[in-house]
Amino acid sequence: MEEIVDLRIVEEPKKPMAMHPKKFGMWLFLASVMMLFMSLTSAYIVRQAEGNWVFFELPSLFYLTSIIIIGSSVSMQWAFFAAKKDNQEMTKTMVLITTILGLLFLIGQFFGWKQLVAGSIYLVGNPSGSFLYILTGLHALHIISAIVFLLIVLISAFKGRIHSKNMAQVEMCTTYWHFLGGLWLYLFIFLLLYR
Amino acid sequence: MATIDIHPHSAVDHHDEHDHGHEHHGNFWTTYVFSEDHKVIAKQFLITGMAWALIGGILSVLFRLQLGFPDANLSWLKPILGGWLTPEGKIDPEFYLALVTMHGTIMVFFVLTAGLSGTFSNFLIPLQVGARDMASGFMNMLSYWFFFASSAVMFTSLFISTGPAAGGWVIYPPLSALPQAISGSGLGMTLWLVSMALFIVSSLLGSINYITTIINLRTVGMSFTKLPLTIWAFFLTAVIGILSFPVLFGAALLLIFDRSFGTSFYLSDIYIGGEALPNQGGSPILFQHLFWFLGHPEVYIVLLPALGITSEIIATNSRKPIFGYKAMVGSMLFIAILSFVVWAHHMFVTGMNPFLGSIFTLLTLIIAVPSAVKIFNYVTTMWKGNIIFTPAMLFSIGLVSFFLTGGITGVFLGNSAIDIQLHDTYFVVAHFHLVMGSASFFGMVAGIYHWFPKMFGRMLNEKLGYIHFWVTFVGVYLVFFPMHYIGIAGFPRRYYSWTNFETFSGFADLNFLVTVAAIVTLAAQLLFVFNFIYSIFRGRMASANPWNSTTLEWTTPRLPQHGNWPGEIPTVYRWPYDYSKPGAKDDYIPQHIPYSETPESNLPHENELIKLEGVGGSAIVVEEKKH
Repeated sequence: MEEIVDLRIVEEPKKPMAMHPKKFGMWLFLASVMMLFMSLTSAYIVRQAEGNWVFFELPSLFYLTSIIIIGSSVSMQWAFFAAKKDNQEMTKTMVLITTILGLLFLIGQFFGWKQLVAGSIYLVGNPSGSFLYILTGLHALHIISAIVFLLIVLISAFKGRIHSKNMAQVEMCTTYWHFLGGLWLYLFIFLLLYR
Repeated sequence: MATIDIHPHSAVDHHDEHDHGHEHHGNFWTTYVFSEDHKVIAKQFLITGMAWALIGGILSVLFRLQLGFPDANLSWLKPILGGWLTPEGKIDPEFYLALVTMHGTIMVFFVLTAGLSGTFSNFLIPLQVGARDMASGFMNMLSYWFFFASSAVMFTSLFISTGPAAGGWVIYPPLSALPQAISGSGLGMTLWLVSMALFIVSSLLGSINYITTIINLRTVGMSFTKLPLTIWAFFLTAVIGILSFPVLFGAALLLIFDRSFGTSFYLSDIYIGGEALPNQGGSPILFQHLFWFLGHPEVYIVLLPALGITSEIIATNSRKPIFGYKAMVGSMLFIAILSFVVWAHHMFVTGMNPFLGSIFTLLTLIIAVPSAVKIFNYVTTMWKGNIIFTPAMLFSIGLVSFFLTGGITGVFLGNSAIDIQLHDTYFVVAHFHLVMGSASFFGMVAGIYHWFPKMFGRMLNEKLGYIHFWVTFVGVYLVFFPMHYIGIAGFPRRYYSWTNFETFSGFADLNFLVTVAAIVTLAAQLLFVFNFIYSIFRGRMASANPWNSTTLEWTTPRLPQHGNWPGEIPTVYRWPYDYSKPGAKDDYIPQHIPYSETPESNLPHENELIKLEGVGGSAIVVEEKKH
């Protein structure tokens, strides 16, 4: 095959890699969180296959909290777009709404646990119940960490530090929040399928 | 159609953005203790790791005394061991188990993971990829201090009255879950778990930093195919760490709940003193699955950095390009992938489905292929080279030897049928001490000898290095080779004593030999520690590039300051193994020398590359499109 080579010289230098190091580190952190939950859910499957497994209904509140967390992802994404368009007021409002929805999610999860206790499913007892508490509890801990992150973003938003030229923080927060929302949906569907 | 984008711009690049921000002159605390400089953090990891290696080595000699001299009176150790000696002057049986457990934990995690990866990933990644520092110096500092906190907790557990964890480094429940089982499963085990949780955080912080730095902070021209093999090894190690350590965290989390909150993930149908425990429905096998899903990749977390270091040292000291660069990268990648699908070969005798066992046997044996590729490439790199036997080179060759002799027994053990006889015997101990323990240890020591001049600006004493190598090399074989025989004869590991049974007292002479060899080998390490400390202050002054090596770290001044290069970061034009290139003036061409400066040695396709090199370091981007 005949090879035609054309050389052209471009003035603007390109960086060897476009990824922001902190954003990249964030993705690696998400990978390790993912592995933690993968290990626990696969432990769940392995343990369930051995029998002696108590069946119970999942708390009905979990359906509600799932809707809340989907809604919070929408508001978070809205905040991100607003920041991109330099709409500061909308960014603040949407980050605040996301934070409130996140707190509502946590409260919902807590009352979900109360429903479990009312149904005589405790942390101590058959592993089927213990696993549920561990999975939801560990997820809630991550949500708490994300809410702290949201508060940090909120403070920077009120100081006017979030705008289209300074998106890294709000982008990382959005990524983390979507990830935890997706993680919850994964856990919830997983628990619905394997009971 | 092929598209090549080459960006040889050096005057303007993103490294210089944070160049000036780091040039601060801190006080003693910020410079040497809470430093964010990767080189200082690497030295902190190294010195902590060496301290742990000494502690781990001394613990091993203590339990070898029990095995080699079962009748000896050890009351002269009373000042150190105190209540852990029985009135007859023998090591307390439970303390023996604690010694074995702590030796394993310390060596695997604190020495060969933190001490090896922590030291050399931190030290070499920014220097060899051409970065001012790690992606996040703060996270890097946190990584060390989490490790330090983890070390402090583990060290404390050695001195508590109930003794440190004693359930083996694999901490299988129910032994590790029930304080009634053994005194070490009380507070000692709690401290073990706390320490490991901190350790996992440290390891993840480190790994995230390593990967981010390698991918995002490479200097101009440093494409993936121009990375030294050390960097490839550290990169894959960090990837394995990120994927496997969270699993150990999950396993430990469930164990913590079983121990402290009464859940039954791992516990079921247990009777203690005729009384049934309330725990029902748990599965101890579940723990083994989770543990070994980390545990097997951990073997390669320990080994791959050593293999990377060795590749670099063998190529440099053979004055030859590494044989099969891409095969080396490919085999490390293949090993990294396979490491995640072989964990159940540690569990062949747990009542596993034999069909499943045969699948894991097959997957395990496949690891022999990339491992053999690596050994072949090491040997062919040395083949007809102008070998310079520096201490680092000798230790690297020692690694290749252990990797081979220890790896071959891995082929035996990987077979689920023969494993029925060999599992949990001294054959296993011999296997992993050679292939993982000694090989990685030799890689670490080789790395210290090789990069000591860059770390401290002085040379280690070579004569002491030769003595250190030969005593250690012969000593390691004398320690571990007899163990194969002891193991094939069926002697189980972790047993306090065999002399209670007449049948099992046959190998007393071999055990005696092993113990003596272990003591001599440990003594040789003290010689090394002396050499290390003495040379930091009084060693011969090193030149900037004492080994005539090609990689970027040797283009820095003798003692690189924070920021590594006083001026611009060098641009990379060639791969890191241009040794003894035909026609070249010297027998090495560093990576930052452009092809335009070496017309005498260029190959035809390299002459083509000259026109892509920027003139006078000006910022241009040339995009070449081939149709």
